[in-house]
Amino acid sequence: MPSESPAPAAEILLEVVGLSSYYGPVCAIQQADLHIRAGDLVAIVGGNGAGKTTLLHTLSGLHPASAGCIRFAGKDITRAATHRIVAAGICQVPEGRLVFAPLSVEDNLRLGAFRQRDQDWIRRQTQQVYALFPILAERRHQLAGTLSGGQQQMLAIGRALLGHPRLLLLDEPSMGLAPLLVEEIFRVIVELNSQGVTILLVEQNARAALRIAKRGYILETGRIVKTAPATELLADDAIRRAYLGY
Amino acid sequence: MPEQLFQFLVTGITVGSTYALVGLGFALIYNASDVVNFAQGEFVMLGAMAAIALLGAGLPLPLAAILATLATVGVGLLLERFAIEPALGASVVTTIIITIGAAIFLRGIAMLLWGKDFHSLPPFTGDAPIQLGGATVLPQSLWVLGVTVALVVLVRLFFNRTLIGKALLACSFNRAAAQLVGINVRMMLRLAYGLSAGLGALAGILIAPITFSSYEAGVMLGLKGFSAAIVGGIGNPMGAVAGGLLLGVLESLGAGLVSSGYKDAIAFLFVLMVLFFEPTGLFGHKAAERV
Ligand SMILES: Nc1ncnc2c1ncn2[C@@H]1O[C@H](COP(=O)(O)OP(=O)(O)OP(=O)(O)O)[C@@H](O)[C@H]1O
Ligand SMILES: [Mg+2]
Repeated sequence: MPSESPAPAAEILLEVVGLSSYYGPVCAIQQADLHIRAGDLVAIVGGNGAGKTTLLHTLSGLHPASAGCIRFAGKDITRAATHRIVAAGICQVPEGRLVFAPLSVEDNLRLGAFRQRDQDWIRRQTQQVYALFPILAERRHQLAGTLSGGQQQMLAIGRALLGHPRLLLLDEPSMGLAPLLVEEIFRVIVELNSQGVTILLVEQNARAALRIAKRGYILETGRIVKTAPATELLADDAIRRAYLGY
Repeated sequence: MPEQLFQFLVTGITVGSTYALVGLGFALIYNASDVVNFAQGEFVMLGAMAAIALLGAGLPLPLAAILATLATVGVGLLLERFAIEPALGASVVTTIIITIGAAIFLRGIAMLLWGKDFHSLPPFTGDAPIQLGGATVLPQSLWVLGVTVALVVLVRLFFNRTLIGKALLACSFNRAAAQLVGINVRMMLRLAYGLSAGLGALAGILIAPITFSSYEAGVMLGLKGFSAAIVGGIGNPMGAVAGGLLLGVLESLGAGLVSSGYKDAIAFLFVLMVLFFEPTGLFGHKAAERV
Protein backbone atom coordinates (compact mmCIF):
# COMPACT_ATOMS: atom_id res chain seq x y z
CA MET A 1 0.00 0.00 0.00
CA PRO A 2 1.55 3.35 -0.97
CA SER A 3 2.24 5.68 1.93
CA GLU A 4 2.97 8.99 0.24
CA SER A 5 0.44 10.72 2.42
CA PRO A 6 2.01 13.77 4.09
CA ALA A 7 0.79 12.71 7.50
CA PRO A 8 1.41 8.97 7.59
CA ALA A 9 0.16 8.79 11.16
CA ALA A 10 -3.37 9.92 10.26
CA GLU A 11 -5.99 7.18 10.41
CA ILE A 12 -7.37 5.74 7.22
CA LEU A 13 -10.87 7.21 6.96
CA LEU A 14 -12.04 5.52 3.79
CA GLU A 15 -10.75 2.22 2.52
CA VAL A 16 -11.98 0.63 -0.66
CA VAL A 17 -10.85 -2.87 -1.57
CA GLY A 18 -11.53 -4.69 -4.82
CA LEU A 19 -14.66 -2.67 -5.56
CA SER A 20 -16.61 -3.53 -8.71
CA SER A 21 -19.77 -1.94 -10.03
CA TYR A 22 -21.94 -2.92 -12.97
CA TYR A 23 -24.75 -1.57 -15.11
CA GLY A 24 -26.35 -4.83 -16.12
CA PRO A 25 -23.56 -6.71 -17.87
CA VAL A 26 -21.46 -3.57 -18.35
CA CYS A 27 -18.64 -3.25 -15.87
CA ALA A 28 -18.18 0.43 -14.92
CA ILE A 29 -15.79 -0.03 -11.98
CA GLN A 30 -13.36 -2.91 -11.94
CA GLN A 31 -11.55 -4.08 -8.82
CA ALA A 32 -10.82 -0.62 -7.52
CA ASP A 33 -8.57 -0.18 -4.47
CA LEU A 34 -8.18 3.18 -2.83
CA HIS A 35 -7.81 4.76 0.56
CA ILE A 36 -8.11 8.23 2.02
CA ARG A 37 -6.57 9.33 5.30
CA ALA A 38 -8.23 11.78 7.63
CA GLY A 39 -7.42 15.33 6.57
CA ASP A 40 -6.36 14.33 3.07
CA LEU A 41 -7.32 15.99 -0.21
CA VAL A 42 -7.36 13.26 -2.83
CA ALA A 43 -8.19 13.68 -6.52
CA ILE A 44 -9.48 11.03 -8.87
CA VAL A 45 -9.01 12.09 -12.46
CA GLY A 46 -10.28 10.37 -15.53
CA GLY A 47 -11.80 11.15 -18.90
CA ASN A 48 -15.35 11.04 -20.10
CA GLY A 49 -17.07 7.83 -19.05
CA ALA A 50 -14.10 6.56 -17.04
CA GLY A 51 -16.44 5.65 -14.19
CA LYS A 52 -15.87 8.57 -11.82
CA THR A 53 -19.54 9.20 -11.12
CA THR A 54 -20.25 5.50 -10.79
CA LEU A 55 -17.48 5.20 -8.22
CA LEU A 56 -18.88 8.06 -6.15
CA HIS A 57 -22.43 6.72 -6.49
CA THR A 58 -21.22 3.35 -5.25
CA LEU A 59 -19.42 4.97 -2.30
CA SER A 60 -22.63 6.79 -1.35
CA GLY A 61 -24.80 3.73 -1.78
CA LEU A 62 -26.77 5.15 -4.70
CA HIS A 63 -25.47 2.33 -6.87
CA PRO A 64 -24.89 -1.19 -5.56
CA ALA A 65 -21.41 -2.64 -5.34
CA SER A 66 -21.16 -6.00 -7.09
CA ALA A 67 -17.98 -7.05 -5.35
CA GLY A 68 -15.46 -5.68 -2.92
CA CYS A 69 -15.72 -3.76 0.25
CA ILE A 70 -16.00 -0.14 1.41
CA ARG A 71 -14.92 0.66 4.95
CA PHE A 72 -15.50 4.07 6.46
CA ALA A 73 -14.06 4.98 9.84
CA GLY A 74 -13.56 1.30 10.53
CA LYS A 75 -17.13 0.28 9.65
CA ASP A 76 -18.21 -1.75 6.66
CA ILE A 77 -20.66 0.41 4.68
CA THR A 78 -20.62 -1.56 1.43
CA ARG A 79 -24.32 -2.36 1.54
CA ALA A 80 -25.58 0.44 3.76
CA ALA A 81 -28.47 2.63 2.59
CA THR A 82 -27.53 6.08 1.34
CA HIS A 83 -29.19 7.94 4.20
CA ARG A 84 -27.18 5.91 6.70
CA ILE A 85 -23.95 6.59 4.84
CA VAL A 86 -24.77 10.29 4.98
CA ALA A 87 -25.49 10.01 8.68
CA ALA A 88 -22.10 8.32 9.12
CA GLY A 89 -20.47 11.41 7.60
CA ILE A 90 -19.97 10.88 3.87
CA CYS A 91 -21.58 13.81 2.07
CA GLN A 92 -21.58 14.15 -1.69
CA VAL A 93 -21.80 17.14 -3.98
CA PRO A 94 -23.28 15.36 -6.98
CA GLU A 95 -22.41 15.82 -10.62
CA GLY A 96 -24.57 18.55 -12.13
CA ARG A 97 -25.18 20.08 -8.66
CA LEU A 98 -28.76 18.76 -8.39
CA VAL A 99 -29.91 21.57 -6.14
CA PHE A 100 -33.60 21.46 -5.22
CA ALA A 101 -34.73 23.97 -7.83
CA PRO A 102 -38.27 24.59 -6.54
CA LEU A 103 -37.02 25.34 -3.02
CA SER A 104 -35.27 28.42 -1.68
CA VAL A 105 -31.54 28.66 -1.05
CA GLU A 106 -32.26 28.61 2.67
CA ASP A 107 -34.43 25.49 2.39
CA ASN A 108 -31.77 23.74 0.32
CA LEU A 109 -29.25 24.34 3.07
CA ARG A 110 -31.70 23.29 5.77
CA LEU A 111 -32.38 20.04 3.93
CA GLY A 112 -28.62 19.50 3.76
CA ALA A 113 -28.79 19.23 7.54
CA PHE A 114 -31.68 16.75 7.37
CA ARG A 115 -29.93 14.29 9.67
CA GLN A 116 -28.56 16.88 12.08
CA ARG A 117 -30.45 17.32 15.33
CA ASP A 118 -28.49 20.15 16.96
CA GLN A 119 -30.33 23.32 15.92
CA ASP A 120 -27.52 25.50 17.27
CA TRP A 121 -24.95 23.72 15.18
CA ILE A 122 -27.16 24.02 12.10
CA ARG A 123 -27.48 27.77 12.64
CA ARG A 124 -23.74 28.23 13.08
CA GLN A 125 -22.86 26.02 10.12
CA THR A 126 -25.35 27.90 7.93
CA GLN A 127 -23.66 31.16 8.88
CA GLN A 128 -20.30 29.63 8.00
CA VAL A 129 -21.58 28.62 4.59
CA TYR A 130 -22.90 32.15 4.07
CA ALA A 131 -19.49 33.48 5.08
CA LEU A 132 -17.85 31.14 2.59
CA PHE A 133 -20.28 32.12 -0.19
CA PRO A 134 -21.70 35.60 0.58
CA ILE A 135 -23.78 35.54 -2.60
CA LEU A 136 -25.86 32.71 -1.10
CA ALA A 137 -26.67 34.87 1.93
CA GLU A 138 -27.83 37.61 -0.42
CA ARG A 139 -30.06 35.18 -2.32
CA ARG A 140 -31.19 33.10 0.63
CA HIS A 141 -34.89 33.60 -0.17
CA GLN A 142 -34.50 33.06 -3.89
CA LEU A 143 -35.48 29.74 -5.49
CA ALA A 144 -32.42 27.60 -6.14
CA GLY A 145 -33.51 27.05 -9.73
CA THR A 146 -33.06 30.75 -10.47
CA LEU A 147 -29.37 30.78 -9.48
CA SER A 148 -26.55 30.78 -12.03
CA GLY A 149 -24.49 27.63 -12.55
CA GLY A 150 -21.69 28.84 -10.33
CA GLN A 151 -24.08 29.84 -7.56
CA GLN A 152 -25.79 26.47 -7.80
CA GLN A 153 -22.41 24.79 -7.40
CA MET A 154 -21.78 26.90 -4.30
CA LEU A 155 -25.20 25.95 -2.97
CA ALA A 156 -24.56 22.27 -3.63
CA ILE A 157 -21.29 22.49 -1.70
CA GLY A 158 -22.97 24.43 1.11
CA ARG A 159 -25.77 21.89 1.27
CA ALA A 160 -23.23 19.07 1.61
CA LEU A 161 -21.37 20.99 4.33
CA LEU A 162 -24.57 21.15 6.34
CA GLY A 163 -24.51 17.36 6.43
CA HIS A 164 -21.52 17.64 8.79
CA PRO A 165 -19.17 15.73 6.50
CA ARG A 166 -16.19 13.80 7.77
CA LEU A 167 -15.54 13.01 4.13
CA LEU A 168 -16.70 15.31 1.36
CA LEU A 169 -17.10 13.80 -2.11
CA LEU A 170 -17.12 16.28 -4.98
CA ASP A 171 -18.14 15.14 -8.47
CA GLU A 172 -16.76 17.49 -11.12
CA PRO A 173 -17.44 20.76 -9.34
CA SER A 174 -15.76 22.65 -12.19
CA MET A 175 -18.11 21.29 -14.85
CA GLY A 176 -19.56 24.03 -17.03
CA LEU A 177 -18.08 26.89 -15.05
CA ALA A 178 -16.03 29.83 -16.33
CA PRO A 179 -12.31 29.70 -15.40
CA LEU A 180 -12.66 32.43 -12.81
CA LEU A 181 -15.44 30.54 -11.04
CA VAL A 182 -13.49 27.31 -11.19
CA GLU A 183 -10.67 29.08 -9.40
CA GLU A 184 -13.07 30.38 -6.78
CA ILE A 185 -14.58 26.94 -6.17
CA PHE A 186 -11.16 25.29 -5.97
CA ARG A 187 -9.97 27.97 -3.55
CA VAL A 188 -12.91 27.09 -1.31
CA ILE A 189 -12.11 23.37 -1.56
CA VAL A 190 -8.56 24.05 -0.38
CA GLU A 191 -9.86 26.24 2.43
CA LEU A 192 -12.30 23.56 3.58
CA ASN A 193 -9.51 21.01 3.55
CA SER A 194 -7.27 23.28 5.60
CA GLN A 195 -10.13 23.53 8.10
CA GLY A 196 -9.92 19.78 8.49
CA VAL A 197 -12.52 18.41 6.08
CA THR A 198 -11.26 15.30 4.31
CA ILE A 199 -11.96 15.61 0.60
CA LEU A 200 -12.25 13.30 -2.37
CA LEU A 201 -12.37 15.37 -5.53
CA VAL A 202 -13.33 13.75 -8.81
CA GLU A 203 -12.48 15.71 -11.95
CA GLN A 204 -12.05 15.65 -15.69
CA ASN A 205 -10.20 18.92 -15.24
CA ALA A 206 -7.09 17.01 -14.20
CA ARG A 207 -4.68 19.90 -14.03
CA ALA A 208 -6.78 22.03 -11.70
CA ALA A 209 -7.59 19.05 -9.50
CA LEU A 210 -4.02 17.76 -9.22
CA ARG A 211 -2.74 21.24 -8.44
CA ILE A 212 -4.71 21.37 -5.22
CA ALA A 213 -4.70 17.66 -4.33
CA LYS A 214 -2.09 15.99 -2.20
CA ARG A 215 -2.50 12.64 -3.89
CA GLY A 216 -4.14 11.51 -7.08
CA TYR A 217 -5.62 8.42 -8.66
CA ILE A 218 -5.89 7.96 -12.40
CA LEU A 219 -9.08 6.16 -13.45
CA GLU A 220 -9.28 4.67 -16.94
CA THR A 221 -12.34 2.75 -18.17
CA GLY A 222 -13.24 1.61 -14.70
CA ARG A 223 -9.75 0.70 -13.53
CA ILE A 224 -7.45 2.61 -11.26
CA VAL A 225 -4.26 2.57 -13.30
CA LYS A 226 -2.01 4.74 -11.18
CA THR A 227 -1.75 6.47 -7.85
CA ALA A 228 0.95 8.85 -6.71
CA PRO A 229 1.45 12.20 -5.01
CA ALA A 230 -0.21 14.89 -7.12
CA THR A 231 3.06 16.67 -7.90
CA GLU A 232 4.46 13.45 -9.30
CA LEU A 233 1.40 12.91 -11.50
CA LEU A 234 1.60 16.47 -12.76
CA ALA A 235 5.19 15.86 -13.82
CA ASP A 236 4.57 12.44 -15.38
CA ASP A 237 5.00 12.66 -19.17
CA ALA A 238 2.43 10.04 -20.10
CA ILE A 239 -0.16 11.58 -17.81
CA ARG A 240 0.60 15.05 -19.08
CA ARG A 241 -0.05 13.92 -22.61
CA ALA A 242 -3.21 11.99 -21.79
CA TYR A 243 -4.89 14.28 -19.28
CA LEU A 244 -3.22 17.64 -19.13
CA GLY A 245 -2.91 18.36 -22.82
CA TYR A 246 0.58 19.75 -22.91
CA MET B 1 -82.04 31.91 -13.33
CA PRO B 2 -79.14 33.47 -11.39
CA GLU B 3 -80.39 31.62 -8.28
CA GLN B 4 -80.35 28.43 -10.25
CA LEU B 5 -76.82 29.05 -11.44
CA PHE B 6 -75.81 29.70 -7.88
CA GLN B 7 -77.40 26.41 -6.90
CA PHE B 8 -75.43 24.55 -9.56
CA LEU B 9 -72.32 26.29 -8.35
CA VAL B 10 -72.90 25.15 -4.76
CA THR B 11 -73.54 21.58 -5.83
CA GLY B 12 -70.52 21.67 -8.13
CA ILE B 13 -68.18 22.96 -5.48
CA THR B 14 -69.38 20.33 -3.04
CA VAL B 15 -68.76 17.45 -5.39
CA GLY B 16 -65.66 19.18 -6.73
CA SER B 17 -64.21 19.25 -3.21
CA THR B 18 -64.19 15.47 -3.24
CA TYR B 19 -62.49 15.42 -6.62
CA ALA B 20 -60.02 17.96 -5.27
CA LEU B 21 -59.05 15.75 -2.33
CA VAL B 22 -58.72 12.68 -4.54
CA GLY B 23 -56.71 14.70 -7.07
CA LEU B 24 -54.49 15.95 -4.29
CA GLY B 25 -53.82 12.34 -3.33
CA PHE B 26 -52.90 11.50 -6.93
CA ALA B 27 -50.51 14.45 -7.04
CA LEU B 28 -48.85 13.53 -3.74
CA ILE B 29 -48.16 9.97 -4.80
CA TYR B 30 -47.11 10.96 -8.30
CA ASN B 31 -44.68 13.47 -6.86
CA ALA B 32 -43.15 11.05 -4.43
CA SER B 33 -42.89 8.04 -6.68
CA ASP B 34 -43.76 8.91 -10.30
CA VAL B 35 -46.56 6.41 -9.92
CA VAL B 36 -50.11 7.16 -11.04
CA ASN B 37 -52.02 5.37 -8.33
CA PHE B 38 -55.22 4.04 -9.85
CA ALA B 39 -56.24 2.67 -6.47
CA GLN B 40 -56.76 6.23 -5.25
CA GLY B 41 -60.53 6.02 -5.77
CA GLU B 42 -60.56 2.82 -3.71
CA PHE B 43 -59.25 4.77 -0.73
CA VAL B 44 -62.32 6.99 -1.02
CA MET B 45 -64.63 3.99 -1.17
CA LEU B 46 -62.87 2.23 1.71
CA GLY B 47 -63.09 5.31 3.92
CA ALA B 48 -66.80 5.67 3.30
CA MET B 49 -67.65 1.96 3.54
CA ALA B 50 -65.55 1.40 6.66
CA ALA B 51 -67.14 4.41 8.38
CA ILE B 52 -70.60 3.13 7.46
CA ALA B 53 -69.77 -0.33 8.78
CA LEU B 54 -68.29 0.99 12.02
CA LEU B 55 -71.29 3.23 12.56
CA GLY B 56 -73.51 0.23 11.94
CA ALA B 57 -71.53 -1.67 14.58
CA GLY B 58 -72.61 0.92 17.11
CA LEU B 59 -69.68 3.33 17.24
CA PRO B 60 -70.46 7.04 17.40
CA LEU B 61 -69.98 8.81 14.06
CA PRO B 62 -66.83 10.83 14.92
CA LEU B 63 -65.07 7.73 16.21
CA ALA B 64 -66.23 5.69 13.23
CA ALA B 65 -64.89 8.38 10.90
CA ILE B 66 -61.51 8.53 12.61
CA LEU B 67 -61.09 4.75 12.75
CA ALA B 68 -62.16 4.37 9.12
CA THR B 69 -59.60 6.97 8.08
CA LEU B 70 -56.86 5.27 10.08
CA ALA B 71 -57.79 1.89 8.63
CA THR B 72 -57.59 3.30 5.12
CA VAL B 73 -54.21 4.85 5.91
CA GLY B 74 -53.16 1.36 6.98
CA VAL B 75 -54.34 -0.04 3.64
CA GLY B 76 -52.39 2.70 1.84
CA LEU B 77 -49.24 1.79 3.75
CA LEU B 78 -49.70 -1.91 3.01
CA LEU B 79 -50.22 -1.12 -0.66
CA GLU B 80 -46.99 0.85 -0.68
CA ARG B 81 -45.05 -1.77 1.20
CA PHE B 82 -46.17 -4.88 -0.65
CA ALA B 83 -47.12 -3.66 -4.13
CA ILE B 84 -45.17 -0.48 -4.84
CA GLU B 85 -41.87 -0.92 -3.02
CA PRO B 86 -41.01 -4.26 -4.62
CA ALA B 87 -41.56 -2.60 -8.00
CA LEU B 88 -39.45 0.50 -7.35
CA GLY B 89 -37.72 1.51 -10.53
CA ALA B 90 -40.07 -0.53 -12.72
CA SER B 91 -41.57 1.03 -15.83
CA VAL B 92 -44.58 3.33 -15.67
CA VAL B 93 -46.74 0.72 -17.37
CA THR B 94 -45.80 -1.89 -14.77
CA THR B 95 -46.72 0.36 -11.87
CA ILE B 96 -49.98 1.35 -13.54
CA ILE B 97 -50.87 -2.31 -13.92
CA ILE B 98 -49.93 -2.91 -10.28
CA THR B 99 -52.16 -0.11 -8.99
CA ILE B 100 -55.05 -1.17 -11.23
CA GLY B 101 -54.64 -4.68 -9.91
CA ALA B 102 -54.61 -3.37 -6.35
CA ALA B 103 -57.80 -1.41 -7.08
CA ILE B 104 -59.59 -4.50 -8.38
CA PHE B 105 -58.38 -6.46 -5.36
CA LEU B 106 -59.62 -3.84 -2.89
CA ARG B 107 -62.94 -3.61 -4.68
CA GLY B 108 -63.28 -7.39 -4.43
CA ILE B 109 -62.57 -7.34 -0.71
CA ALA B 110 -65.11 -4.55 -0.23
CA MET B 111 -67.74 -6.53 -2.12
CA LEU B 112 -67.11 -9.60 0.03
CA LEU B 113 -67.28 -7.55 3.22
CA TRP B 114 -70.20 -5.28 2.47
CA GLY B 115 -72.04 -6.80 -0.48
CA LYS B 116 -73.21 -4.97 -3.58
CA ASP B 117 -75.79 -2.72 -1.95
CA PHE B 118 -75.64 1.04 -1.72
CA HIS B 119 -75.02 2.41 1.74
CA SER B 120 -74.95 5.87 3.14
CA LEU B 121 -73.89 7.79 6.19
CA PRO B 122 -76.30 10.07 8.00
CA PRO B 123 -75.45 13.77 7.55
CA PHE B 124 -73.04 14.94 10.25
CA THR B 125 -75.36 17.65 11.55
CA GLY B 126 -78.88 17.04 10.34
CA ASP B 127 -80.35 17.62 6.91
CA ALA B 128 -82.41 20.79 7.34
CA PRO B 129 -81.46 22.82 4.23
CA ILE B 130 -80.04 26.26 4.73
CA GLN B 131 -81.28 29.07 2.49
CA LEU B 132 -78.36 30.99 1.10
CA GLY B 133 -79.01 33.75 -1.44
CA GLY B 134 -81.75 31.85 -3.25
CA ALA B 135 -79.96 28.52 -3.18
CA THR B 136 -80.54 25.69 -0.77
CA VAL B 137 -77.40 24.40 0.83
CA LEU B 138 -77.30 21.15 2.74
CA PRO B 139 -75.43 21.36 6.03
CA GLN B 140 -73.37 18.44 4.79
CA SER B 141 -72.15 20.61 1.88
CA LEU B 142 -70.77 23.05 4.41
CA TRP B 143 -69.00 20.17 6.14
CA VAL B 144 -67.51 19.03 2.85
CA LEU B 145 -66.35 22.54 2.03
CA GLY B 146 -65.07 23.38 5.46
CA VAL B 147 -63.09 20.19 5.97
CA THR B 148 -61.72 20.33 2.43
CA VAL B 149 -60.50 23.89 2.94
CA ALA B 150 -58.95 22.90 6.26
CA LEU B 151 -57.22 19.87 4.72
CA VAL B 152 -55.88 21.85 1.78
CA VAL B 153 -54.53 24.52 4.11
CA LEU B 154 -52.92 21.84 6.27
CA VAL B 155 -51.31 20.17 3.27
CA ARG B 156 -49.98 23.52 2.11
CA LEU B 157 -48.56 24.28 5.54
CA PHE B 158 -47.04 20.83 5.62
CA PHE B 159 -45.17 21.43 2.37
CA ASN B 160 -44.23 25.05 3.00
CA ARG B 161 -43.44 25.06 6.69
CA THR B 162 -42.22 21.65 7.82
CA LEU B 163 -38.88 20.01 7.16
CA ILE B 164 -40.54 16.68 6.40
CA GLY B 165 -42.83 18.37 3.88
CA LYS B 166 -39.87 20.00 2.18
CA ALA B 167 -38.05 16.68 2.22
CA LEU B 168 -41.01 15.16 0.39
CA LEU B 169 -40.80 17.95 -2.21
CA ALA B 170 -37.06 17.36 -2.48
CA CYS B 171 -37.69 13.65 -3.14
CA SER B 172 -40.13 14.42 -5.88
CA PHE B 173 -37.76 16.89 -7.47
CA ASN B 174 -34.70 14.64 -7.47
CA ARG B 175 -34.58 11.35 -5.64
CA ALA B 176 -30.81 10.89 -5.78
CA ALA B 177 -30.15 14.39 -4.46
CA ALA B 178 -32.67 13.80 -1.69
CA GLN B 179 -30.92 10.60 -0.70
CA LEU B 180 -27.59 12.40 -0.69
CA VAL B 181 -28.77 14.81 2.00
CA GLY B 182 -29.76 11.84 4.11
CA ILE B 183 -33.48 11.59 3.37
CA ASN B 184 -34.80 8.04 3.62
CA VAL B 185 -36.83 7.99 0.44
CA ARG B 186 -38.70 4.82 1.36
CA MET B 187 -40.03 6.54 4.45
CA MET B 188 -41.09 9.44 2.27
CA LEU B 189 -42.88 7.06 -0.09
CA ARG B 190 -44.76 5.54 2.83
CA LEU B 191 -45.62 9.00 4.06
CA ALA B 192 -47.01 9.96 0.66
CA TYR B 193 -49.15 6.82 0.43
CA GLY B 194 -50.40 7.18 3.97
CA LEU B 195 -51.25 10.82 3.42
CA SER B 196 -53.03 10.14 0.12
CA ALA B 197 -55.00 7.29 1.60
CA GLY B 198 -56.04 9.48 4.52
CA LEU B 199 -57.14 12.31 2.26
CA GLY B 200 -59.06 9.87 0.09
CA ALA B 201 -60.78 8.28 3.05
CA LEU B 202 -61.82 11.65 4.46
CA ALA B 203 -63.19 12.68 1.08
CA GLY B 204 -65.22 9.49 0.99
CA ILE B 205 -66.58 9.96 4.50
CA LEU B 206 -67.49 13.59 3.83
CA ILE B 207 -69.39 12.89 0.64
CA ALA B 208 -71.03 9.60 1.73
CA PRO B 209 -74.11 11.33 3.26
CA ILE B 210 -74.74 13.10 -0.06
CA THR B 211 -73.95 10.57 -2.79
CA PHE B 212 -74.32 7.09 -1.25
CA SER B 213 -71.53 4.61 -1.48
CA SER B 214 -70.98 1.07 -2.67
CA TYR B 215 -68.04 -1.21 -3.33
CA GLU B 216 -67.87 0.29 -6.82
CA ALA B 217 -67.99 3.93 -5.80
CA GLY B 218 -64.24 4.34 -6.08
CA VAL B 219 -64.11 3.74 -9.82
CA MET B 220 -65.76 6.94 -10.92
CA LEU B 221 -64.34 9.02 -8.07
CA GLY B 222 -60.86 7.74 -8.90
CA LEU B 223 -61.26 8.72 -12.54
CA LYS B 224 -62.57 12.15 -11.61
CA GLY B 225 -59.76 12.71 -9.15
CA PHE B 226 -57.27 11.59 -11.79
CA SER B 227 -58.86 14.04 -14.21
CA ALA B 228 -58.56 16.78 -11.60
CA ALA B 229 -54.87 15.99 -11.19
CA ILE B 230 -54.33 16.08 -14.95
CA VAL B 231 -56.25 19.31 -15.40
CA GLY B 232 -54.17 20.82 -12.61
CA GLY B 233 -50.95 19.61 -14.16
CA ILE B 234 -50.11 16.24 -12.65
CA GLY B 235 -47.67 16.59 -9.79
CA ASN B 236 -48.95 20.01 -8.82
CA PRO B 237 -50.94 19.52 -5.58
CA MET B 238 -52.69 22.88 -5.53
CA GLY B 239 -53.34 22.58 -9.27
CA ALA B 240 -55.14 19.31 -8.55
CA VAL B 241 -57.31 21.06 -5.98
CA ALA B 242 -58.22 23.80 -8.44
CA GLY B 243 -58.77 21.18 -11.15
CA GLY B 244 -61.12 19.23 -8.91
CA LEU B 245 -63.26 22.26 -8.09
CA LEU B 246 -63.37 23.30 -11.73
CA LEU B 247 -64.39 19.82 -12.77
CA GLY B 248 -67.14 19.65 -10.14
CA VAL B 249 -68.59 23.00 -11.16
CA LEU B 250 -68.50 22.20 -14.89
CA GLU B 251 -70.19 18.88 -14.28
CA SER B 252 -72.88 20.44 -12.19
CA LEU B 253 -73.50 23.20 -14.75
CA GLY B 254 -73.57 20.62 -17.52
CA ALA B 255 -75.99 18.41 -15.65
CA GLY B 256 -78.22 21.35 -14.79
CA LEU B 257 -78.18 23.25 -18.05
CA VAL B 258 -77.87 20.41 -20.56
CA SER B 259 -78.78 17.04 -19.15
CA SER B 260 -77.62 15.04 -16.18
CA GLY B 261 -76.95 12.16 -18.56
CA TYR B 262 -74.01 14.12 -19.96
CA LYS B 263 -72.50 14.87 -16.57
CA ASP B 264 -69.54 12.49 -16.81
CA ALA B 265 -69.09 13.05 -20.54
CA ILE B 266 -68.76 16.77 -19.94
CA ALA B 267 -66.08 16.22 -17.32
CA PHE B 268 -64.02 13.97 -19.53
CA LEU B 269 -64.52 16.16 -22.59
CA PHE B 270 -63.14 19.02 -20.53
CA VAL B 271 -60.07 16.96 -19.61
CA LEU B 272 -59.47 16.14 -23.27
CA MET B 273 -59.78 19.79 -24.22
CA VAL B 274 -57.32 20.82 -21.53
CA LEU B 275 -54.85 18.16 -22.63
CA PHE B 276 -55.23 19.24 -26.23
CA PHE B 277 -54.62 22.93 -25.68
CA GLU B 278 -52.47 22.83 -22.55
CA PRO B 279 -50.76 19.42 -22.35
CA THR B 280 -49.05 20.17 -19.04
CA GLY B 281 -52.35 21.07 -17.42
CA LEU B 282 -53.80 24.46 -16.59
CA PHE B 283 -51.45 24.96 -13.66
CA GLY B 284 -48.66 22.71 -14.88
CA HIS B 285 -45.52 24.72 -14.18
CA LYS B 286 -44.29 21.87 -12.06
CA ALA B 287 -44.32 19.48 -15.00
CA ALA B 288 -42.08 21.74 -17.03
CA GLU B 289 -39.67 22.03 -14.12
CA ARG B 290 -39.32 18.31 -13.71
CA VAL B 291 -37.83 17.81 -17.14
N1 LIG C 1 -27.29 4.30 -15.99
C1 LIG C 1 -26.36 3.71 -16.76
N2 LIG C 1 -26.65 2.60 -17.48
C2 LIG C 1 -25.72 1.99 -18.23
N3 LIG C 1 -24.45 2.41 -18.35
C3 LIG C 1 -24.09 3.51 -17.68
C4 LIG C 1 -25.02 4.21 -16.84
N4 LIG C 1 -24.38 5.26 -16.29
C5 LIG C 1 -23.12 5.21 -16.75
N5 LIG C 1 -22.94 4.17 -17.58
C6 LIG C 1 -21.69 3.78 -18.24
O1 LIG C 1 -20.72 3.52 -17.24
C7 LIG C 1 -19.49 4.08 -17.60
C8 LIG C 1 -19.02 5.05 -16.53
O2 LIG C 1 -19.91 6.15 -16.48
P1 LIG C 1 -19.73 7.33 -15.43
O3 LIG C 1 -20.88 8.22 -15.55
O4 LIG C 1 -19.44 6.76 -14.11
O5 LIG C 1 -18.44 8.04 -15.98
P2 LIG C 1 -17.80 9.43 -15.57
O6 LIG C 1 -16.35 9.19 -15.43
O7 LIG C 1 -18.50 10.03 -14.45
O8 LIG C 1 -18.03 10.29 -16.88
P3 LIG C 1 -18.25 11.86 -17.04
O9 LIG C 1 -16.91 12.48 -17.00
O10 LIG C 1 -18.88 11.98 -18.37
O11 LIG C 1 -19.12 12.32 -15.94
C9 LIG C 1 -19.68 4.76 -18.95
O12 LIG C 1 -19.22 3.87 -19.94
C10 LIG C 1 -21.16 4.95 -19.04
O13 LIG C 1 -21.57 4.84 -20.38
MG1 LIG D 1 -19.45 11.76 -14.14
